[in-house]
Amino acid sequence: MFELLGIPPQALYAQLMLGLVNGAFYAVLSLGLAVIFGLLNVINFTHGAQYMMGAFAGYILLTYFGVPYWGALVLAPIIVGAVGIVIERTMLRHLYHLDHLYGLLLTFGLVLVIEGLFRQQYGVSGRPFPNPLPGGQNLGFMFLPNYRLWVIVASVVVCFATWYLIEQTRLGSYLRAAVERPDLVQAFGINVPVMVTLTYGFGVALAGFAGVLAAPIQVVSPMMGMNIIIVVFAVVVIGGMGSILGAIITGYFLGLVEGLTRVFYPEASSTVIFVIMAIVLLIRPQGLFGKAK
Amino acid sequence: MVSRKLLYGLSAIALMSATSAHAIDVKIGVLTDMSGLYADLSGQGSVWAAEQAVADFGAEEKGMNVEIVSADHQNRPDVGSTVVRQWFDEDDVDAVADVPTSSVALAVNELTRDRNKAFLVSGAATAALTGAQCSPNTVHWTYDTWSLANGTGRAIVETGGDTWFFLTADYAFGHALEADTTAVVEEFGGEVLGSVSHPFPGTDFSSFILQAQGSGAQIIGLANAGGDTVNAVNTAAEFGIVQAGQNLAALLMFITDVHAIGLQNSQGLIFTEAWYWDQNDANREFAAEFETVFGGNKPTMVQAGVYSSVIHYLKAVEQVGSAEDGAAVVAAMKEIPTEDKLFGEGMVREDGRKIHDMYLFEVKSPEESTGPWDYYTQRAVIPADGAFRPLEEGGCEFVASAN
Repeated sequence: MFELLGIPPQALYAQLMLGLVNGAFYAVLSLGLAVIFGLLNVINFTHGAQYMMGAFAGYILLTYFGVPYWGALVLAPIIVGAVGIVIERTMLRHLYHLDHLYGLLLTFGLVLVIEGLFRQQYGVSGRPFPNPLPGGQNLGFMFLPNYRLWVIVASVVVCFATWYLIEQTRLGSYLRAAVERPDLVQAFGINVPVMVTLTYGFGVALAGFAGVLAAPIQVVSPMMGMNIIIVVFAVVVIGGMGSILGAIITGYFLGLVEGLTRVFYPEASSTVIFVIMAIVLLIRPQGLFGKAK
Repeated sequence: MVSRKLLYGLSAIALMSATSAHAIDVKIGVLTDMSGLYADLSGQGSVWAAEQAVADFGAEEKGMNVEIVSADHQNRPDVGSTVVRQWFDEDDVDAVADVPTSSVALAVNELTRDRNKAFLVSGAATAALTGAQCSPNTVHWTYDTWSLANGTGRAIVETGGDTWFFLTADYAFGHALEADTTAVVEEFGGEVLGSVSHPFPGTDFSSFILQAQGSGAQIIGLANAGGDTVNAVNTAAEFGIVQAGQNLAALLMFITDVHAIGLQNSQGLIFTEAWYWDQNDANREFAAEFETVFGGNKPTMVQAGVYSSVIHYLKAVEQVGSAEDGAAVVAAMKEIPTEDKLFGEGMVREDGRKIHDMYLFEVKSPEESTGPWDYYTQRAVIPADGAFRPLEEGGCEFVASAN
């Protein structure tokens, strides 16, 4: 049996597999961010808080209303997306004509408020969420819990569907056109403000979806968004701000890189993504898949 | 002549009674984690416990004017040091209490010694506070890494779990806990097969759990705390670690962690704690009051420890007559035997270590639990004389010089 730097290949495959699971979360989250930035030019700092809200929506639906996980997977993104729409209509929309920085400050402020409210109500330790798919598959090189397998499948489906919707359909082409020339698209009789609102709602719903997806494997806690959002921003920067495909591919890729780091030098696993970000910014400031402006 | 003597005497008495009537001002700063991963096990609950201690001590009736202030250290030594420096230098704070997170506590430890104030540690774990970094201004109250390792490590090795692999939080506390547990495991004939350090705080533990699984060790020792332990235990359940024949040893577990994990995934875990709310009437009564303030939650040993340490500190201040000289107050704390409703009778040792019984608990199964927060079965009492590191093994310099 050959070994790579002292790591048996089985262990390596297993770690790559787990990296892929984490990558699945990064991909869905960074996809939502990329949709919002690419189409609205808003840096949505609340994304992590909305991810956390998705997980809590799942928890609340289950605990107080008896809605099982699978129902929550559909309902929670709708609820969180609706909250996002309220935020867009009441606050965010007044900042579109200003610099990016204002949107960033507003959304950052919202994070503090939202996380504070949840912390007040639920504490920081988090709440348990039962695993809807217990058990697992023996893949020969590892025991892969069924739920993690489901995470990969769900993430790939959602990512592909979103990419298809925006890049390949008529609706997507309207959206992209509205980014370039809102006045012209409006003149063709398309209600651009409503489209913008729905797009933000959709991006936020993606965060909510990722939150429900994470609930059974990460403790549902008000801090869960804070821990992941910085990494996800790095993913978006590496992939190229606003690039849908870039966000998806970079998400999976960085999950794998992180997985490998956990084997070879675990202490660096929380920093490796930022090292890559620094290198990418030096060599290709627009990101791996971004267009130079 | 006689009348002059009388006059002097009377004025002396008047002067003395004036000073004794003058209230002793004491200001205690509760430095804790208000919003991070240790906020539930310490945080506002620790502040409440300190205030409760002041009330129960009857400070006002005893002519003491005690004020409690609090601040968030965000689990960062730099933030904690800045707050404490401001407290000591500008706000006339006499003592700092609680301070979860060992790295912050070690920083505060230095500052307290430097400014000759008092430090009442409840939340922090590192046994270095009464060992290599011991200070005549510090009392380490509730528990420490050595006592956890000794309690849990020993119990597990003695019941046959003799090969270990550690999952260690990559900072002062995690490494201290791993080192102390390794020493215990090896002393009792066990073997440590390896360890992996994870970032603090960690988010995904699957990779580390898998590495632990691959090690083939019987026991996976979790040298971490709070949310990290919660995540690691949940992930282990998901990967079927226990069904596959390995067992977890949570080296530092709080009741809030058990609450977050749920009994389904945490049942059967064995760990060491200094205090549990359901042990006796006094504890239950304290918990009932706590519960009304904190939405049904129960207090942790850290919060109980804050209560107990503040009461004893106030006793010492009363005896010394002033809170000005931190070392003098701490010396008095070591002189007076400790006694309060939560920790019972005990003592503070020369090196600053508070000595009391520790307890080995096992988490109940969902079927055994009769209600909310009914989580522990007491497996054993670790008697006070064997619960903490022997004085001479700590390497505390002023203990060594006294010998």
